[in-house]
Amino acid sequence: MEKNKVFRALADPSRRKLLDILRVDNGQTLGELSEPLDMTRQAVAKHLRLLEAANLVVTVWRGREKLHYLNPVPIHEIYERWIGKFERSRLQALYDLKEELEKDYEK
Amino acid sequence: MKNKSQFVYVTYISSSVEKVWNALMDPEMTRKYWGHLNVSDWKVGSNWKHEDASTGEIRLAGKVVESTPPRRLVITWAFPADAQAPEKHTRVTFDIEPVGNAVRLKVTHDELEPGSEMERGITRGWPVVLSNLKTLLETNEAMETKALFEHAHKRG
Repeated sequence: MEKNKVFRALADPSRRKLLDILRVDNGQTLGELSEPLDMTRQAVAKHLRLLEAANLVVTVWRGREKLHYLNPVPIHEIYERWIGKFERSRLQALYDLKEELEKDYEK
Repeated sequence: MKNKSQFVYVTYISSSVEKVWNALMDPEMTRKYWGHLNVSDWKVGSNWKHEDASTGEIRLAGKVVESTPPRRLVITWAFPADAQAPEKHTRVTFDIEPVGNAVRLKVTHDELEPGSEMERGITRGWPVVLSNLKTLLETNEAMETKALFEHAHKRG
């Protein structure tokens, strides 16, 4: 899978939004995905095709419904490429700290 | 259908269908990219277990539901404490197909309880396992698994 397709797919805010929506509720139809977005079904379908071509979305047929699933594997491959095993634990500590601070802040 | 959750993961690997198939069930291979040994005779109806490579502790257990070498493997997947409670078993389907010079490996994990510890674990685990499997088969070297899985488990 070409990494260029992944970066190009992620460059668009609407496509990132679609991934965010699937992250919360995975396995949705085009109709369900179009609902919360201020876009035509055709526009959403086009974004989904690009996400699928980049392997960031995987589709599965269930009867007559085509369900869309978030596939984070290519993003993890990018992460592995630039973040080695030594940085990992330090970054994790920073991430945990950020989460902890934001949790308190939200209360 | 919607009350149980399902996740689908896909990776493309420059390798052969047979090598990917073998990598799922050869304990020496799974040790390298998964940090665990997948142990079974892989016959339909047999048990399988997922054993921590450093401590020998059994982390997961289940049964082989379907085996169509080298294309499709279906197993149940549960914490060892739930091994005797089939209603608590989740299900994992591996589909392997050739695509050009590569192989498409699709992992479908379903029958999951939304919000469960198992769901949290697998959503963190699969991207790590699959990208590490890809790295191992394409470069013959896996990432250091201990660091990988501390990372994957810690966020749980």
